[in-house]
Amino acid sequence: MIERKIRVLVAKPGLDGHDRGALVIAQGLRDAGMEVIYTGLRQTPAQIVAAAIQEDVDVIGLSSLSGAHMELFPQVVRLLREHGADDILVIGGGVIPDEDVELLKKEGIAAVFTPGTPISVTVDFIREHVRRG
Amino acid sequence: MSNFLSKNDEWEKKAEKATAKFPERKKVFTTSSDIDVKRLYTHHDGVSTDEHYLEKLGFPGEFPYTRGIQPTMYRSRFWTMRQYAGFGSAEETNGRFRYLLDQGQTGLSVAFDLPTQIGYDSDDPMAQGEVGKVGVAIDSLQDMELLFKGIPLDQVSTSMTINAPASVLLAMYIAVGEKQGVSSKRLKGTIQNDILKEYVARGTYIFPPKPSMRLITDIFAYCSKHVPHWNTISISGYHIREAGSTAVQEVAFTLSNAIAYVEAALRSGLEIDEFAPRLSFFFNAHNNFFEEIAKFRAARRIWAKLMRERFQAKNPKSWQLRFHTQTGGSTLTAQQPDNNIVRVTIQALAAVLGGTQSLHTNSRDEALALPTEESARIALRTQQIIAYESGVADTVDPLGGSYYVESLTDQIEREVMAYIEKIDQRGGAVQAVEQGYMQREIHQSAYRAQMAIESGEQVVVGVNKFVLENEKQPELLRVNPELGRIQARKLGELRSSRNNEQVATKLADLKRAAEGQDNLMPFILDAVRVYATLGEICNTLRDVFGEYRPTQF
Repeated sequence: MIERKIRVLVAKPGLDGHDRGALVIAQGLRDAGMEVIYTGLRQTPAQIVAAAIQEDVDVIGLSSLSGAHMELFPQVVRLLREHGADDILVIGGGVIPDEDVELLKKEGIAAVFTPGTPISVTVDFIREHVRRG
Repeated sequence: MSNFLSKNDEWEKKAEKATAKFPERKKVFTTSSDIDVKRLYTHHDGVSTDEHYLEKLGFPGEFPYTRGIQPTMYRSRFWTMRQYAGFGSAEETNGRFRYLLDQGQTGLSVAFDLPTQIGYDSDDPMAQGEVGKVGVAIDSLQDMELLFKGIPLDQVSTSMTINAPASVLLAMYIAVGEKQGVSSKRLKGTIQNDILKEYVARGTYIFPPKPSMRLITDIFAYCSKHVPHWNTISISGYHIREAGSTAVQEVAFTLSNAIAYVEAALRSGLEIDEFAPRLSFFFNAHNNFFEEIAKFRAARRIWAKLMRERFQAKNPKSWQLRFHTQTGGSTLTAQQPDNNIVRVTIQALAAVLGGTQSLHTNSRDEALALPTEESARIALRTQQIIAYESGVADTVDPLGGSYYVESLTDQIEREVMAYIEKIDQRGGAVQAVEQGYMQREIHQSAYRAQMAIESGEQVVVGVNKFVLENEKQPELLRVNPELGRIQARKLGELRSSRNNEQVATKLADLKRAAEGQDNLMPFILDAVRVYATLGEICNTLRDVFGEYRPTQF
């Protein structure tokens, strides 16, 4: 049997246009053998959740550098729950202060990878924590 | 063989022998643009004859301006110290502006929040979570009046980082001037107004390229008559570099975009010397010190030649590349934030040695959040120490003639020109952007840079070397999370107190103008004066122009 590749949706919620990190991570995950879909800029949490369900992904990676993460990231988790898709692993990245990371984890964001994190750390985390088989 | 060459050979052999015993730190040394750095540079690499000197460098204030655009540079007046600032509400930002002016800052630079930059009112559903976060929220002339309260517009120059809705914010600035009794003829400042870079690197576009280019040339035409001291565009390499480009790509793509604006303006019927003196540029300063200095010098020389030879500009002001510099945000680290003060110092020094006209130095905490007042002050002090204490501003282009810097300047010029030719072959910058060419080139450089950091080949102090465990977190600036609701309430009050009939008429006039060929600036100005909101004006234009949807790559 061929093992199914891990599918990841990389998404930019809100209006932030800094997508260097998102694009680098997308390529890094692809190079690590995952299937990566990038939503492009300016996605609402509802659009991200709809795309994740439609594409049947295992992981959503959210990226934001504008400071809107506390409003937008938890909303993605809430909407996934409402759609019964909360087995999708949600991780985040961007300019996010440490004290916010703890709060985001309480809201159901599994991990937050800020600049300086080697891509391999993110890859390993995804491999260990993907909940769908 | 000349005495020099035989001596040089002899030295090479000696150096080889030495490396057998003490190997060099790296097999190859390169700059960020992958330009080889030789072990030693001599006059054979730099400028060796008088004729050579006049052709490649010339004197400061003279073509091709390699050594600077003014004859005396900072011996007369320092660069403008212009710290980019804005957060939360117009009142809060007004407070920060007055603080910076009190601390000796010499120009204002406004950061707008993302809804403002993309033409949404604060109560638009798309604005959720973003109001006042990366800059100040401006919904209408009312906010703009608060932003500049107590700041006489005839006594400051103001730079506004605004692109897609640049015409609207400029109109608001003109209207605030009118209320203060300052004629638009006396307003001084800059709007960024560089839409191509938004498609390439920063993402705050609204309309498709064609109507966007029309808005830009409308601004050129309007300002050449009514706001003559305004810099109508700041063609920006800053964001291209932040998105991951090399120094060479930064200059190449920026100048290619500039060529596209010049061509659009010529097509719209303007004469080159009518608008070219008001073009300005915005570059980044990263850590590779000599490459950055050479980059600025090369950019000036290339632009001077392009304007004189390709576009036949006659006015020397049209040949001069004037630029603002900001230190590199993406080089700053969340780890050990105080190290960022040192990085910023090196980068600021490169900008000054490269001959910048104005400078923003980043604050140490920007990799974590918006700068606090304390860190904004340290950033400004960094510039003041360079200006008043270091002595580097006491002679013009002090590194001119450095064998290494001249060689690097030449090499950067060659590589930039090769890129410009490639983009010309694709039909110009607009086509290159639409084909995703620049985006792909930048992304590849960004990925290579990330891999170099991960492999340790590129050292980032405090991140992949000299790491500290259990770092203390600095105090961060927090934007009031209630601001979105406060702005929404203010908007509600505005909409019920203004003359809505007038607003509707002015918006209808604007719509008709957008459907036709008229210059849009007077219509936008009329709408702003009756307190039509930014969102209403941009939505009117969205109805006519549509919105840009990028092709994914």
